Amino acid sequence: MAATIRIQAEPFDLAAESEKLLEGRADIGALASFTGYVRDEDGRLSALELEHYPGMAEDEIGRVAAKAEARWELLGLTAIHRYGKLAPGDPIVLVIAAASHRRAAFEAAEFMMDYLKTRAPFWKKEHLKDGTTGGWVEAKDADDSALLRWEE
Amino acid sequence: MKLLYFAWLRERVGKPEEEIDPPADVATVADLIAWLKGRGEEFEYAFEAPELIRVAVDRVHVEHEAAITGAREIAMFPPMTGG
Repeated sequence: MAATIRIQAEPFDLAAESEKLLEGRADIGALASFTGYVRDEDGRLSALELEHYPGMAEDEIGRVAAKAEARWELLGLTAIHRYGKLAPGDPIVLVIAAASHRRAAFEAAEFMMDYLKTRAPFWKKEHLKDGTTGGWVEAKDADDSALLRWEE
Repeated sequence: MKLLYFAWLRERVGKPEEEIDPPADVATVADLIAWLKGRGEEFEYAFEAPELIRVAVDRVHVEHEAAITGAREIAMFPPMTGG
C-alpha cells in the first residue's frame, strides 16, 4: 500500500481525498479522518505562519506512515500538511486512514497525528490582531507524552 | 557541509543556511554546537540552551551524540510544532 503524502500551501478537500482512497474498492470497511484547523486563540490571532523543512517534511511523514503501515493492516493512508500563512478557521493538516475494520482506522489516524505533531519538521509562528508578531508556538510536553502510549 | 536553521533558531542566527567547514575534531552534533557557539554573539544566543535544539543529519532526526562525519546537510531547529 502506497501512502499519499503531500506538503502544500493550498487548502485540501476532505471529501475529494476520501473519494480517492475509496475509488474502485469494496474491501474498505472503515475510513477514519482527522482535520486540524487554525484556532483564533480567543480572538487574539490574525494568522498562523507555518514554516517547514522542505524535503525532510515529506521524508519524515513517510517514515511515520511506514510505521503505521507496519503496525496496522491498512488499505489506504493519506497525510497532507500545509505551510505558509493561514487564517483562523483554515485547515492545517489532514490524515485519513482506511482499513477493513474501524479499530485499525481510528488507531492509525491517531498514531499518525501523535507522531506527526512531534516528529514532522514544522514550526508555527503567531501573528496577532494588534499587528504585532507573536512568538513561536512552544512544543507541548503533552504531545511528547502522547507518543508513549504507542511504545511497548 | 551545508547547515540549515529553522524557526527561532534561524531568526537568532540571522540567516537560513550557510556552508561550513568545521575542524576535524568536531565529530558529533554536540561538538558542532559547541564550535558554533564560539562563532559570535548571535550563535552564543541561538545555542544558549543546547538541550532545546533538535538536529537532523541528512534529513533524519539524530541525537546530540550522533556523528556528523560525512554529513552533507545538517539542520538545526527548535522542537517541532506541526499538526
